Amino acid sequence: MIDRTVPTIAAALDGIADGAVVLLGGFGSVGQADALIEGLVEQGASDLTVVANNAGGGNAGLSRLLAAGRVRRLVCTFPRARSGPSVFEELYRAGRIELEIVPQGTLAERLRAAGAGIPAFYTATGAGTVIAEGKETREIGGRTYVLEHALHGDVALVAAWQADRWGNLTYRASGRNFNPVMATAARLTVVQAAYLLPLGDIAPEHVVTPGIFVDRVVEVPAMREGA
Amino acid sequence: MSAGSNRTAMAARVARDIPEGWYVNLGIGMPTLIADHVPASREVVFHSENGILGLGPAPPAGQADPWLINAGKEAVTLRRGGSFFHHADSFAMIRGGHLDLCVLGAFQVAENGDLANWTTSLNDTAPAIGGAMDLAVGAQRLWVLMEHTTRDGRPRIVRRCSYPLTASGVVRRIYTDLAVIEVTGAGLVVRDLAAGVDFATVQAHTEAALLAPEQAAA
Repeated sequence: MIDRTVPTIAAALDGIADGAVVLLGGFGSVGQADALIEGLVEQGASDLTVVANNAGGGNAGLSRLLAAGRVRRLVCTFPRARSGPSVFEELYRAGRIELEIVPQGTLAERLRAAGAGIPAFYTATGAGTVIAEGKETREIGGRTYVLEHALHGDVALVAAWQADRWGNLTYRASGRNFNPVMATAARLTVVQAAYLLPLGDIAPEHVVTPGIFVDRVVEVPAMREGA
Repeated sequence: MSAGSNRTAMAARVARDIPEGWYVNLGIGMPTLIADHVPASREVVFHSENGILGLGPAPPAGQADPWLINAGKEAVTLRRGGSFFHHADSFAMIRGGHLDLCVLGAFQVAENGDLANWTTSLNDTAPAIGGAMDLAVGAQRLWVLMEHTTRDGRPRIVRRCSYPLTASGVVRRIYTDLAVIEVTGAGLVVRDLAAGVDFATVQAHTEAALLAPEQAAA
């Protein structure tokens, strides 16, 4: 019997090593696996590279991981918080964290490429800007393209709405965002789901992430209350 | 400047030019206001980078769905017929040329259509690109909606951008509080003037040379 469910957050995060590249789904805080991220603070892995669209705001989730000094490097598209100066901004200003800024579509495509076995690709995004500095460029059909490389994770922390024991997943509204792409791009994909359902209860047509991409699932009922 | 349009009138002016059936992405800030001026009877489908087609207006107070936000992280609603998808599909729509239009804000636009809208300094405390570079190169048309000059009166429509570029040669049209300006091979052509504003006033507040429509046609 295939059973990818685990009973606790600690079990879900077991074995994540220092220096790991950690992919965090979510757009702002919506669809971000906060319970797993906060579990990672307890778990203790450090010297992490975190890949996420934003850099966290407030004091929960990613901000807690950053405040605990566990993140050496952030790969991010938009690290400015809407709520004002964030934990990340303080660390960045103090020179205590590295930042790689990536255009959002390039980030999504680098992750997609990693999940699909594509080592690199050309894109028009960033051509003629600082993003292209130091990168190979090529003219194709009269337009300049920048070579961007696949971005692999050691671990992906994913927030889903429903899950079953095979790891089939659905997502809620705009909570989907980076989650399905990141689920394909990591060696170990760990999911927190609002609802764990019996196998077969998710209609096959509604499965967004098939379980082949998923390694561990933990149910987090608190997610039912908010994003 | 006393003459010229306010933000509401500027957003409404852009909305007038968006026809039924277009798929449109509106950038964070003033461009977001444009959606309020497209009548519900005109079916325009708004796209958001975080995986939404069919964005509707902000929800009534107290009725926000915490799972439903736009690219600016504001609570929104979904119109009937709307859909959700993941980020790689969302940016396939953007980068694959499937959007008819994107309207972004800007710090500067150059006469050749260069766009600078993501940072005014590479020493920024938190440089942030988001989806701007993808939208700028990927949408079928890129329009800019911005104040004609900076708060201290310096022109934003310039011969060459001094700020770091978002993309080069991409802006097709500029909507400001003073005018609507088309970026053409022949140069910047003034297509429309705000109420109470004449061509000479627009030129006086613009670093790049402007053409009147009759000059462009000649």
